[in-house]
Amino acid sequence: MSSIMPPHQKIWWKQPIDRVEAMWIAIALLWSLIMFAMMPFWHVYGKQNLSNEAYRTTPEIFGQKVQAMIDRYTVRTETDQQIPVVRPPAGSDVYLAGRLWQWWPMLELEKGKSYRLHLSSMDWQHGFSLQPLNINLQIIPNYETVVTITPDTSGEFTIVCNEYCGIGHHSMLGKIYVVE
Amino acid sequence: MANDNLFRVCPTTGLQFHKPAEALMKANAVVAVVILLVGGVLALLVTLTRWPAVHLLAADQFYQALTAHGIDMLIFWIIFFEMAVLYFTSSTLLRCRLATPRWAWAGFALMVIGAAWTNIAILRGDSSVMMTSYVPMPANPNFYLGLILFAVGALIGCFVFLGTLVIARAERTYEGSIPLVTFGALTAAIIAIFTIASGAIILIPTWLWSVGYISQIDPLMYRLVWWGMGHSSQQINVSAHVAVWYAIAAIVFGARPLSEKVSRSAFLLYILFLQLASAHHLLVDPGISSEWKVFNTSYAMYLAVLASMIHGLTVPGSIEVAQREKGFNRGLFEWIRKAPWGNPVFSGMFLSLIGFGFLGGISGVVMGTEQINIIVHNTIYVPGHFHATVVVGTTLAFMALTYWLIPVLFRRELILKGWAKWQPYLFGIGMSVFSLALMGAGTLGVSRRHWDMAFTGTALGYEYPGSAYVMMGLMGISGVIAVVGGVMFIVVVVGSLLFGRKTEEAPRYGSETSVLPLGPAPRTDHSGLGVKGFVAPGTFVFALVFLTIFVVYYFINWKYLAAVWPMS
Ligand code: HEM
Ligand SMILES: [Cu+2]
Ligand SMILES: [Cu+2]
Repeated sequence: MSSIMPPHQKIWWKQPIDRVEAMWIAIALLWSLIMFAMMPFWHVYGKQNLSNEAYRTTPEIFGQKVQAMIDRYTVRTETDQQIPVVRPPAGSDVYLAGRLWQWWPMLELEKGKSYRLHLSSMDWQHGFSLQPLNINLQIIPNYETVVTITPDTSGEFTIVCNEYCGIGHHSMLGKIYVVE
Repeated sequence: MANDNLFRVCPTTGLQFHKPAEALMKANAVVAVVILLVGGVLALLVTLTRWPAVHLLAADQFYQALTAHGIDMLIFWIIFFEMAVLYFTSSTLLRCRLATPRWAWAGFALMVIGAAWTNIAILRGDSSVMMTSYVPMPANPNFYLGLILFAVGALIGCFVFLGTLVIARAERTYEGSIPLVTFGALTAAIIAIFTIASGAIILIPTWLWSVGYISQIDPLMYRLVWWGMGHSSQQINVSAHVAVWYAIAAIVFGARPLSEKVSRSAFLLYILFLQLASAHHLLVDPGISSEWKVFNTSYAMYLAVLASMIHGLTVPGSIEVAQREKGFNRGLFEWIRKAPWGNPVFSGMFLSLIGFGFLGGISGVVMGTEQINIIVHNTIYVPGHFHATVVVGTTLAFMALTYWLIPVLFRRELILKGWAKWQPYLFGIGMSVFSLALMGAGTLGVSRRHWDMAFTGTALGYEYPGSAYVMMGLMGISGVIAVVGGVMFIVVVVGSLLFGRKTEEAPRYGSETSVLPLGPAPRTDHSGLGVKGFVAPGTFVFALVFLTIFVVYYFINWKYLAAVWPMS
């Protein structure tokens, strides 16, 4: 019963390494290095990377930016709640707010065009989970993330909230339409 | 000295128990099992709600039950049991009296009060904030206060453990260095102290905020520091259950580490690198640079992953060598075929090892990759991952150890031996399928902590693919099977404690006698063992299979990622 007894050699760090162990350590270390290299590699050659652009903000300031965009670019409203559907010009700054329990407003984007999407929360933390693509971002009040997205598929996409945000969490949805 | 007549020697194992330490181990283990029962009932309710065909609880009850399930299981059950492990690996394994039993009892009392306090706060219904309690969503101040009390109690326990190591050294109760298992427990205790400090740094201000003394807590800072606790505490679990694996390998097979140097260094890697790995919880957060994320997940996390990969080889490797020395030396796999699969101490430990490595380990590393996290974060993939680590891994390892502790510590024979034999399989395999189902559903986008994946009654609505519903149904079935396994465990354990035959009449306590001698010398002549000069070839083959699955699955996820919209 040796693992629960003091090591046989008092100076245990001088005990030689077993051959199986040495080989496995070498292999595992190599694999760790490959996994490490994949992340910088993807930053250079991959297309899906997180932006490093973020600002401090407040719900008031962010809310004003969202409203300004809605005032300028709303093309229609949907549902009984009259949620505005906004169609901002390609390449522009687009603002999307998470709030209890809604993503505000809805967006209509053009396929193949890039947009600078600004995301923040008006109250608690929320989770931006774009389905069925499965793109997931953490949305935090007082922080504004900017991510440049280029929708390359068209159709109707749903934003599910996937950070628990209270009793209405499971009803918190939003829409992004991508048109040809 | 006051510690006369406080020691008994277990007749079957030769282990020496110090009476106060023995009582503390029993108390901690019993409370742990009671909490496991509570958490298990909640697990059933939560599972039956997330199973779309059943959808049992109402929304508010579901979030309440989920908050309690997470905290009771992840924090209370595990840490109570770990306290028992700490006292066992210090006082019992070193044949030493426990340092300051009074303080240990005070710590225990604080933990019990804290656990009850937080549970009551959740029960009142105004603290359904999930265990993470992300600000600025508020909970009742009592919610944080209970956690703080519990943490202080656990901290005291860690210091009692360290104090006992100091006494053992000063009183020379052992020769040479501390045993590997104690070394692993020491790793756990050191990480625990770091963890609890992080917890204090974040929970105390949050508590003050909840009662109105502080006006605001930065939510990003909260996440960073909270995960300094939340992730590191998982490292306590890993260190503790790896120590338990080594202990069980030693108990059941008389196994000794392939080399002390490697196993101990791997524990050291945990101490050095795991704290920083909490970065992988913030991979899709704003305001944190990619350099920081890549640095922390790779430099820090992968070196800790390396450590787990090492233990994953050395634990079964040491069993293989022990079995081959006993004569099960034919071919690659005779040693494992002839292992005592009907002994729940072994089968629980081995399933824990396999499930932790193949399911928990691989999924954790994959989703902890900076960019891949985009397609995983906060989906139900995440609970899939950690039920493989902390349930199949930690919980099952602790269950296996408990089967051994019942005769040795509690001096009772197991009742319902047939149940005990099957329990690890039901629980381990049920939970493994459960984890895989959640990972599948998460890959299809299903969200975690979510009451209604059908979005019934919402104005916008969304329909997940049918396959996601199949996965969640599978989750329900396998979750219920695992719960049955959990119930069997509790029936066997509680039944044995109450009705099991006593293994000896009133044990005799005497004064301290022997010094723990050095371990047996390794057989230097391994020439007859193994295949082609490898002493543990079977384990090496297992390891290569593991690596192959790992590599394939890792790149499959990059491929999934490449299919989503370009973003930068
Ligand atoms: C039979 C055993 C168990 C079953 C069937 C089970 C089932 C579940 C389910 C269905 C969820 C909800 C996932 C979601 O909606 O996000 C969950 C969450 C969770 N479980 Fe378990 N569980 C079991 C045992 C355990 C154990 C033993 C632990 C810890 C040691 C544990 C820790 C957790 C944690 C930490 C959460 C997350 C809570 C949160 O999101 O805040 N579970 N479990
Ligand atoms: Cu939300
Ligand atoms: Cu939410």
